[in-house]
Amino acid sequence: MNWSLFFDLTVSGLTLGSLYALIALGYSLVYGILKLLNFAHGDVYMIGAFIGWYVLHALGGPLNPTFTGGVVLLLMFIIAMLGCGVLGVAIERFAYRPLRNAPRIAPLISALGVSIFLQNSALLVFGAGFRDYDTFDLIGVKTHNIGQLFFSVPQLLTVITSICLMVALTVFVARSRLGKAMRSTSFDREAASMMGIDVDRVISVTFFIGSALAGAAGVMFGLVFGQIYHFMGFIAGLKGFTAAVIGGIGSIPGAMLGGLIVGLGESYATGYLPQGSTFQNLYVFALLILVILVRPSGLLGKAALQKV
Amino acid sequence: MEQQPPDTPRIGVDEWVASVEGKRERYTGVRGALAREWERLPPPARVLVFAIPAALFPLVTTDGNVFRYGLFTLVYALLALGLNIVVGFAGLLDLGYVAFFGCGAYLYAILASPQFGNHWQAEAAIPVVVVFTAIVGLLVGLPSRRLFGDYLAILTLFFGQAFVIFVNNANRIDFPIFGHTDLTGGSNGIANIDPLNFFGYTIDSTKKQYYFLLISVALVLILLMFVNESRTGRAWRALREDPLAAEVMSIPVNRLKLLAFVCGAATAGFTGAIYGTIATAALPGDYDVGLLITIYAIMILGGFGSIMGIVVGAIVVSSVPELLRSSANARPLFYGAILLALLVKLRPWRLLAAELGGLLVLGFGIHAIAAAAYPRLVDGESIGSGVFAQGLDHWMLFPKNPVKIADVAYILLVAAIVVYPQLSRLWRAVLLPPLLYLVMFVWENLLLVHIGGATRLILLGALLVALMNVRPQGLFGTATVEIV
Repeated sequence: MNWSLFFDLTVSGLTLGSLYALIALGYSLVYGILKLLNFAHGDVYMIGAFIGWYVLHALGGPLNPTFTGGVVLLLMFIIAMLGCGVLGVAIERFAYRPLRNAPRIAPLISALGVSIFLQNSALLVFGAGFRDYDTFDLIGVKTHNIGQLFFSVPQLLTVITSICLMVALTVFVARSRLGKAMRSTSFDREAASMMGIDVDRVISVTFFIGSALAGAAGVMFGLVFGQIYHFMGFIAGLKGFTAAVIGGIGSIPGAMLGGLIVGLGESYATGYLPQGSTFQNLYVFALLILVILVRPSGLLGKAALQKV
Repeated sequence: MEQQPPDTPRIGVDEWVASVEGKRERYTGVRGALAREWERLPPPARVLVFAIPAALFPLVTTDGNVFRYGLFTLVYALLALGLNIVVGFAGLLDLGYVAFFGCGAYLYAILASPQFGNHWQAEAAIPVVVVFTAIVGLLVGLPSRRLFGDYLAILTLFFGQAFVIFVNNANRIDFPIFGHTDLTGGSNGIANIDPLNFFGYTIDSTKKQYYFLLISVALVLILLMFVNESRTGRAWRALREDPLAAEVMSIPVNRLKLLAFVCGAATAGFTGAIYGTIATAALPGDYDVGLLITIYAIMILGGFGSIMGIVVGAIVVSSVPELLRSSANARPLFYGAILLALLVKLRPWRLLAAELGGLLVLGFGIHAIAAAAYPRLVDGESIGSGVFAQGLDHWMLFPKNPVKIADVAYILLVAAIVVYPQLSRLWRAVLLPPLLYLVMFVWENLLLVHIGGATRLILLGALLVALMNVRPQGLFGTATVEIV
């Protein structure tokens, strides 16, 4: 067995996995509360990557930034997360809220419409080409290693940042008042509203958090892979959803676990399976089908009891 | 039993359901007579209402472009009818539908093109294609059997994507048994597909293809009308409205879902085979999200589950861009439609006058400010000549280089159209002139300049939004009530 290849694949799998986990969290949070698949989530992630790019270039570009690299990075993350959060709230307010009592298929079609709208708007405004993040100029080309594990700074940054964000989210949902409101809304929306919880506000907050996480993931994607384009949200959204389903949709630790599984799985498939680099997406699809067949409620999800 | 006040709803009786018959009888005059006659027609006769004008269509025109437009209308109609089984009847959101269409085209291409040297007759190839796509549909549908609607949607979306990836790359796979085979021609697709050939009779000219498609659409229509009235059709509708209640009524929900899914896939495969012979090539780019949106637009326009509505939807969706192709036609049609909508919607005439006056003043104001501050914004000229176009030059902004700014304005416009109906009355009244100005700006600078391609989808979107505001259930759909 070629160990250095294995370690390389593991590092890139962990990086991908933390991106997918952040996207999956957005799906899971929203699904937990609204029982709605937010198709537009992947495109919010794409918009986040573009906001990060614009912030980077507004601050002088990667070659001669106005501030030191760390401050620029921090600003990119904060502005992209805020921008995406606001976008997510707006999407919920205007595309999903009017349809909350419509038949189940209506908000799904609306979500698809928002996704197409965001994609094509990005195509018109940002153009069809790739945009370069050129992060290597910003934080250095150097590769570091621990034993045989070789990694670059953006990869390490991605994994650490996403772990921090996930811990923060877990604490927020478990401890804070608003987190408690989120949990109770997810458990029973009607009962929550009768207990004096402002359900609309809780849903807005949920969309804000989920979209902000997607925005952070978008910036990380740019940092690690260097290039962003208007169509990147589509397949990333599908994989984030796969991660959410594998972990058990609606479960926060499940989304993280699912993200890791999809990321590592995709990475190993690229390295070891036949035609891996061409068909990696097909292998992820096969993984999704397998999980749905064997354990439809996901690894950490609870089988839902349907109440009548 | 105690005395009940007359106004409170009675328990156990649904007021809406009880009043349906009464509402139906209220159709009077010409409209009512027509509606009653329509109800009385047997299904095959209803199909004739559409089929006869369509059959006469080739006698009226000999223009090749018009013919191709007719062909596409029929292909759209056939596709939308298949999708209607899955989404309209059974209520399953199938977002990989176009992949089945592609499957049909590719399989037919493999059976009847120089790619593998196979030249099957159509009477043998088409059944094989239909059965094969039905099996693919079964395989995709099987895992989703245990799932509710949303999972199925994303699973099929993923499947559609997987199909595109597969056909784009299946020219370099080493298969375990056959060795290296060029299965789908990669991104070049498979070219030179044979024309349909039934027992030696070749359907090679556009006219023959048109009639063949017309007959297919008519047959599928009649079949669907009978299915809709059948036991299975009723069961589908029941499970669309409430799967749980349907299951309790001892309807085999899973089996029926799967059946609907497979029927849809088979129809798509059949259409794909015919489309392959019309286009004489199977290209991976043809089976993408754009087509999916078009088909969904047709179905939403016509009304979920309505068979005739879908035919009308297909005609509207494929003819609106054709009608608007030349600016001489397009301008009067467009402004006429807007004026008409305003006349209907803005009731006291003073309000209408105020809004239009506001629009005029706003236009001159914006033009004056722009001319003073950014002369680049007014350097361009409107299309066409005549009083109207010349007047526009002094009123509307025509940037020298309109592409970028018009694109951004267009995105703003779409967002504004979604947001606008949700605002309060006062805000709507205040914001109507700017909205109309934005509409006209985008129309004059973007849509009128290059109609077709991407703007086709834009028009579709606008049409759908307008319809959803006026008649949410689609042209021919029946309004449903959510019974809580």
